[in-house]
Amino acid sequence: MSIIIEPKSDERHLVMGNEAIARGALEAGVAVVAGYPGTPSSEIVESLASVSKERNLYVEWSTNEKVAMEVAAAGSFANLRSLCVLKQNGVNVASDFFLHLAGSGTRGGMVILPCEDPGALSSVNEGDSRHFSRMLEIPLLEPGDFQEAKDMTKWGFELSETLKCPVLVRSVTRLSHASGTVTFGDLPTTEQQATFKHDGFVLDPETGPVISAPVNYKHGLQQQKVQQAMEMFEASPFNTYSGPDNPELIIITSSACNLYSREAIKQLGLRDRVGILKLGTTWPLPPRLLEKHLRSTNKVLIVEEVIPFLEESVKILGMELAEEIGIKKFFGKRDGSIPSTGELNPDIIIAALCNILEIDYVGIPAEYEEKAVTHLFLGAPAREGTFCAGCPHRASFWNISLALKMDNNEGFVCGDIGCYTMAVRSAGFSTLKTLHAMGSGTGVASGFGKLGQFGMDQPVFSVCGDSTFYHAVMPALVNAVHHKSDITLVVLDNSGTAMTGFQPHPGTETDVRGEEAVQMDIESICKSIGATVFTADPFDFKTTQETLHNLMKMKGGVKVLVLRQICALSPEKKGTRWFDMSVTESKCLGESCGCNRLCTRVFSCPGLVWDPVKKVSKIDDVICIGCGVCSDVCPVGAIDKKELT
Amino acid sequence: MNETKAELKFDPYNLIITGVGGQGNVTASRILGKMLSKKGYFVTIGETFGASQRGGSVMSHLRISAEETYSPIILRGQGHMVVAMEPTEAIRVLADYGNMEIKVICNTRPIHPMAVVAGEQTYPSPEDIEERVNDISGQSWFINATDEAMADMKNPVYGNIMLLGAVAATGELPIEKDDFEAVISATMPADKVSLNLKAYDRGLKMLDRG
Repeated sequence: MSIIIEPKSDERHLVMGNEAIARGALEAGVAVVAGYPGTPSSEIVESLASVSKERNLYVEWSTNEKVAMEVAAAGSFANLRSLCVLKQNGVNVASDFFLHLAGSGTRGGMVILPCEDPGALSSVNEGDSRHFSRMLEIPLLEPGDFQEAKDMTKWGFELSETLKCPVLVRSVTRLSHASGTVTFGDLPTTEQQATFKHDGFVLDPETGPVISAPVNYKHGLQQQKVQQAMEMFEASPFNTYSGPDNPELIIITSSACNLYSREAIKQLGLRDRVGILKLGTTWPLPPRLLEKHLRSTNKVLIVEEVIPFLEESVKILGMELAEEIGIKKFFGKRDGSIPSTGELNPDIIIAALCNILEIDYVGIPAEYEEKAVTHLFLGAPAREGTFCAGCPHRASFWNISLALKMDNNEGFVCGDIGCYTMAVRSAGFSTLKTLHAMGSGTGVASGFGKLGQFGMDQPVFSVCGDSTFYHAVMPALVNAVHHKSDITLVVLDNSGTAMTGFQPHPGTETDVRGEEAVQMDIESICKSIGATVFTADPFDFKTTQETLHNLMKMKGGVKVLVLRQICALSPEKKGTRWFDMSVTESKCLGESCGCNRLCTRVFSCPGLVWDPVKKVSKIDDVICIGCGVCSDVCPVGAIDKKELT
Repeated sequence: MNETKAELKFDPYNLIITGVGGQGNVTASRILGKMLSKKGYFVTIGETFGASQRGGSVMSHLRISAEETYSPIILRGQGHMVVAMEPTEAIRVLADYGNMEIKVICNTRPIHPMAVVAGEQTYPSPEDIEERVNDISGQSWFINATDEAMADMKNPVYGNIMLLGAVAATGELPIEKDDFEAVISATMPADKVSLNLKAYDRGLKMLDRG
């Protein structure tokens, strides 16, 4: 049985933050769940999908985040509780609908749950969706530990249903992808009934049509809801203060920074001098609560990650209240007390406190640090991430980069987000030259392909993954075909949303609940759009490179090459070896071969290593998965593959 | 209900499991975390995975406390134990979280970084690694868990379980084999349980040898 449907008890369960969030949604009686995979959010939808039968949930991985939010909203409009899960940049994808949803309002409680990635641990951006709450005028909740991740998710649904507007509940990597101890509450037992009422008076929020117009009226209504939220937040148990009555300094913080701040205060022994106001409701801020605490001190340190969102909100209130409470000295991101980029940790907050309060603290004695850094430098060679052993992307980029080099016309590849993002580095032979949002490689390529009138004649390629193809590449491809942009799209189809854990997408046979789904074929879609389409296996170097050469010769219009080979880590493939690999030492010429160690130095599959003693390449049997590809890399045929049955 | 819990040597006890992406770091840290949370301790595990996992250095921070929930990130210089699935990763972790009292359990099987695979950098010798680790830690054990697992169990992943057995053998944390069996039985398919128990026992013994 999944841990997230354990019955209520006093027991403390060790669960991932994302499982705690999923449990909170179940305790709230969520019925409809939709999202698009993205680290660190994916486990919420996955764990809810795993209990969808037991709990009678509708759960889907949608084509993209905008569609996910629309699907979830339908549940709310039909009086069900619904949840939309996405990562930080996903909120941008959904934002057009989100704006209108805030205007139309909701019915059944609806929580929008972005899991964000300060420090970009597994992202190519450090987006912060908190500003959407201010921009769209909807309430924002930020859990401050694992228990709150569950409890505040549950409360988010109740709040949304009271206010009849969507509620943002924001998590971060260090909550979502960390684990902590959580006690569970009751799971509801009532069956839910979906009905969409739409025939009532046009302005009736319960029975009328769900629309964001008349805009003036609806916008005013929205602002009344914000006022109501502000009143409710004054007494919220998720806003807590610990510390002396009149602290020398007060820290105002939220989210994972709450845990870091608590630890920093404890480590420095400042519990009698520094107070900590932990806010769970970070927009709109409850003014009377803030007034009480701002009045108690003269120094305020705001601790938060990414943009100074909380800092600005507190400062606005501080200015509005200045006449009554006096002028305060604020510390935070804007004065440089807290770094303006990257994720925080307890040491950063210790450093800020030491600066402000003029305290000395040594985490690592200088003598130790000096020794340790020397050992690090001499004894631990840096470890750059790379494609896994047997990854089809390594083979695909090998083919693409060779084809572009042979063509010798300064051709380049525009990319987007997936494991293949690593092709900006040596892992993918530095093949990707632009990298932005989901699907952007093809949109940017579509633009490059129209620069011929300004004399540009470099070959233009884009790449995308199979999931990304459906997510955001299709409109870009339509654009390129319609405008006769001269580009080649290479679809790196590894049969699932591999990077985030093999979630299904419109090209797979089943959906997230394991039920049969309508499978859409990438080649057919591209052909019907009007592109010229080819398919190859990237492990077949000869065919793939010939096809790429032919594509570059075909001038005018959009060409698509689908390079199809299953991910080495996919559940279907993992652990299956096709070949036994070995290096014939007598054939490998080592450094005297003209190849300049092509296999280990350039192709660089981690399963194939350079033996510095024997001066030949060798297979690492623990890492090699037996894909057989490297035997085609060696120019003298020293790498043997023996087919396994 | 959670059991009554013994006092910890340090509260919070800060343990780091480190290795290379794909080695099974996350699973090992969750097994150990669950063994302790079942006994009633507050456990927080901070993990790095996602894009950073593909061949990069990964680590899990375990914070174990009888009193409260700690942050998922350990303070610099404040580690109590490092369990390294890959030997040079022990050095990397010590540089940030080490001190002269910290204990280190180190699997000796190297995974070469790309620069070493490419022949651009050299990988230190086992003796060199051991010397460096010993120079910046209080006590250390070097055990060849991966190779034993490959030889006896045909799967390097059991090396991680041996390392957990070795953690228990240090006596640093209040964990027993029963706790391990309970967690493994609840999380692994039935046919995998006995092999896991065997690996755990092997780890317990390896520490004495190491």
